[in-house]
Amino acid sequence: MFAKTTKLQRLATAGRARRAFSAAPLVTERMNMFTALNDAMRVAMETDPTAAIFGEDVAFGGVFRCTVDLKEKFGEDRVFNSPLCEQGIAGFAIGYASVGRTAIAEIQFADYIFPAFDQIVNEAAKFRYRSGNQWDCGKLTFRAPYGAVGHGAHYHSQSPEAYFAHTPGLKVVIPRNPAQAKGLLLASIRDPNPVVFFEPKALYRASVGEVPVGDFEVPLGQADIVRAGTDVTLVGWGAQMRVLEETADMAEEAGVSCEVIDLQTILPWDVDTIEQSVRKTGRLIVSHEAPKTGGFAAEIASTIQERCFLSLEAPIQRICGYDTPFPLAHEKFYLPDALKNFEAIKKVVNY
Amino acid sequence: MALRFVSKSLARGHRRFAPTAKSMSTVVGYGDFPGGQKVPYVNKLTVVDPKEKDVIPAYRVLDQQGKIVEGGSLPEGLNEELVVDLYKNMVRLNQMDNVFYDAQRQGRISFYMTAFGEEGTLFGSAAGIKPRDMVFAQYREAGVLMWRGFTLDQFADQLFSNEDDLGKGRQMPVHYGSRELNYQTVSSPLATQLPQAAGAAYGFKLAKEDRISICYFGEGAASEGDFHAALNFAATRDCPVLFFARNNGYAISTPVKDQFRGDGIASRGAGYGIPVIRVDGNDIFAVYEVTKKARELIMTEGRPVLIETMSYRQGHHSTSDDSTRYREVSEIKFWKDTNCPLTRLKLFMLEKGWWSEERDVSLKDTERTNVLQSLAKAEAKGIPHISTMFNDVYKEKPRHIQEQEQEMLEHLAKYPDHYSSTGH
Repeated sequence: MFAKTTKLQRLATAGRARRAFSAAPLVTERMNMFTALNDAMRVAMETDPTAAIFGEDVAFGGVFRCTVDLKEKFGEDRVFNSPLCEQGIAGFAIGYASVGRTAIAEIQFADYIFPAFDQIVNEAAKFRYRSGNQWDCGKLTFRAPYGAVGHGAHYHSQSPEAYFAHTPGLKVVIPRNPAQAKGLLLASIRDPNPVVFFEPKALYRASVGEVPVGDFEVPLGQADIVRAGTDVTLVGWGAQMRVLEETADMAEEAGVSCEVIDLQTILPWDVDTIEQSVRKTGRLIVSHEAPKTGGFAAEIASTIQERCFLSLEAPIQRICGYDTPFPLAHEKFYLPDALKNFEAIKKVVNY
Repeated sequence: MALRFVSKSLARGHRRFAPTAKSMSTVVGYGDFPGGQKVPYVNKLTVVDPKEKDVIPAYRVLDQQGKIVEGGSLPEGLNEELVVDLYKNMVRLNQMDNVFYDAQRQGRISFYMTAFGEEGTLFGSAAGIKPRDMVFAQYREAGVLMWRGFTLDQFADQLFSNEDDLGKGRQMPVHYGSRELNYQTVSSPLATQLPQAAGAAYGFKLAKEDRISICYFGEGAASEGDFHAALNFAATRDCPVLFFARNNGYAISTPVKDQFRGDGIASRGAGYGIPVIRVDGNDIFAVYEVTKKARELIMTEGRPVLIETMSYRQGHHSTSDDSTRYREVSEIKFWKDTNCPLTRLKLFMLEKGWWSEERDVSLKDTERTNVLQSLAKAEAKGIPHISTMFNDVYKEKPRHIQEQEQEMLEHLAKYPDHYSSTGH
C-alpha cells in the first residue's frame, strides 16, 4: 500500500469520492478487477447491515472469485448460493429490495440474464413508477460478467447492455478498470434505483491498477475523459476502452490526436461530455463489442447528430461486433479491434 | 383443532410409492447419494405413478347448506361479531363488483375484473393473517385490500385513474396497491410476484420480524416458471412465506385439464419440500382456519407453506371476456345456486340468529349506494397533472427525461386544444 496522487486523487478532490479526502493524498492499493469488486462488496456489506449477496455459486467465492471470503466474513445468511434459476434470483432480489433491504444479486454470465429479462424489465424497472412511488426496489443491483474472453463463443461472450438501455427505470453501468469497478459498484449498490452492473470478465485478472482504500464511489451518469485530444472523439465502455486506448496510440503515431471517453454509465448516459467533445473535435467514433444493429452506439450517434449537426466534419462511425451470434473460432475476426477502429479514424480524418 | 396437517397424509401417501401388492419388492440396501436423502434400493423395478396416489383432500367446516360438518366446529377466533363483519365485507365487495362491472360496460372505466365466487377465499385468508404481513396479489384479491381498510373511494380513484389515485393514474384498473396497508402494488405479468414474495419474506426473516409474506396467484399463473422459482427458493432459504393458490377452474378460457395433469397445485408442494393444505375455498371458515394455522406453522417452523383453495370463477375472466363462449351457462348457474360462499355463510348466520333477510336486503342497498357515491365522486375528479407522467421513473429525474417533459409541455402549449384530458 502506498500513496499515489494521480487521476484518482483528481476524482476525489473534485468531490466525486464519498470519503472526504480534502487535499490529502489518496491512499491506494494495487488490485486486479475481481479483487476491487470484492473490496467494494466488502465495504457495502460492512456499511449496510441489510445488504445480502446471492446468486449461483457465490458462497464459495464465485466462479470468478469476486465473492471470495465474504461468506466467512458476513455469514451464510447474508452471502448464499441460490438455486440455479435466473428468474428466481431476479424476482427474489426485487422482493428483498422491496422491503427496504439491499440486494446484490449475481447472474453468473450476462449471457444467462435473459431468463430474468421479464423480472428486470417488467418488474424491477417499473416498480416505483407503477406504484406511484409507494413501492420501489431501488436498493437492488444485478452484477453480471459480460463480454469477449477469447474463447467464450455464443454464451460466455455476449454484451447485452443495449437490451437494458431500452428500459426506462433501469441504470446500466460498466467499469473499465479496478478503480472504476470499485467506485462504480459501490455507487450502484447505493443508488436508489435498480442497477444492472456488467463486469468485463476478460479484465477480472488482466486489469491491474491502483484502487482507493476504504469507502469510495465514482458517480453514476458521468462519462470519464480518459485521454484529452483534439481531432477525433472515441467513445466506448468496459473492456473496449483498452482497444480504444490502443487505437489512440496508433493514431498519435500517425499524427492524429484522439479524445478517448469512457461512457461508464450506459443509462442514463452523459450526453453533455460527449457533446462537448464532439463540438471540439468534429468527429465521433463509437465502438462496442455488441452487434451493430440496435447496439447502443446507434443511440449515441443519433443523439450527437441531433445536437452537433453543425460541428460534425464527417459521418459518425460505429465500429462494433458484426450482426452475427458471437463466434468461437472466428472471435479475432469478429471483434472491433484497434485496427478496425484505426481504419475508421483514417476515414473520418480524410473525409 | 379439527385441522390435520397434510404433511402427515403426504407421509402416509409416500409409503404407497413403495411396492404394493402388485410387485412385492424388498429393500436390499440404501444409497447415500449427495443428490438425495438416504435412498432405499429395491429388487423390483418400480414405477411411481401419481395416478395411484390419493387425491389431496380439501378441508371443510361449513357444508353447502350452511351447517357445520359432522365432527367439525366453528374455528377458534371466530365469533358472531367477526363472522358478521366478514359477511358484510363479502357483500360490499360483491356490490362493488356489480357496480364497477356495469360502469365498465357503460364505458365509464376502461377495464374491470370481478371476484364473484371467490369472496370466501379472499376474506377468509385476509382475516387469518396479521395486518403487518405483506400481501403480494395477482389481481383478483381486492377483498384482501378491502378487509385491511382500503376505502370504496380509494378503489374508485384507482379505477378512474384520477388525481387521487395512489398509483397516479399509471396502471390499468384493478391494479391496486397501498404501502400503508402492506399491500404491494399489483402488476399484470403473471406470477412475477411469487419469487418477490419469497425475497421479501427472507428480508423479514433476517430482520427477525414477526411477519410473513402472503402471495396470491391463480392455478393458471402456477404454470409460469416464476412459480417453480419461488417455491424452490422459498424452500431452500426457509422463507416465511405463504403461497396461496386460488384454483377456480379456469385461466381465462383454459380449463385445468389443459393447464396441468397432476393433482392440482397442492400436489406440487411435496416435490419442493413444502407442506401443503388444500381447502374448500367456498367455505370462509375453513379458509380462515387454514390460513391462521399456516401462518402459525410458518412462524414456528421457519419454512414456507402452500395453500390451495378449490373454488369456482363465477364471473367472466374480465370485462374483455365473455366466458359463455367456452363454458356452459348452466355450469355457472350450478355453482352460483349450489356452492356460493356468500350463500353458505348467510345460511349459517340465519340459522344462528345472527342475521335476518331484512338486514340482508338493507345491507345490499346501503353498500350499493355507498359504491355509487364513491363512483360519482371519483368520476368527477380530474386526471393527475400531465407532468406527473415523467415522475418516479427513477427516484430522481434524469436530464433526458426532464428534456422530454419540457418538449411535451411546449408542444401542448402550441396545440392546447388537440389533447383532451378526459376519457380513456
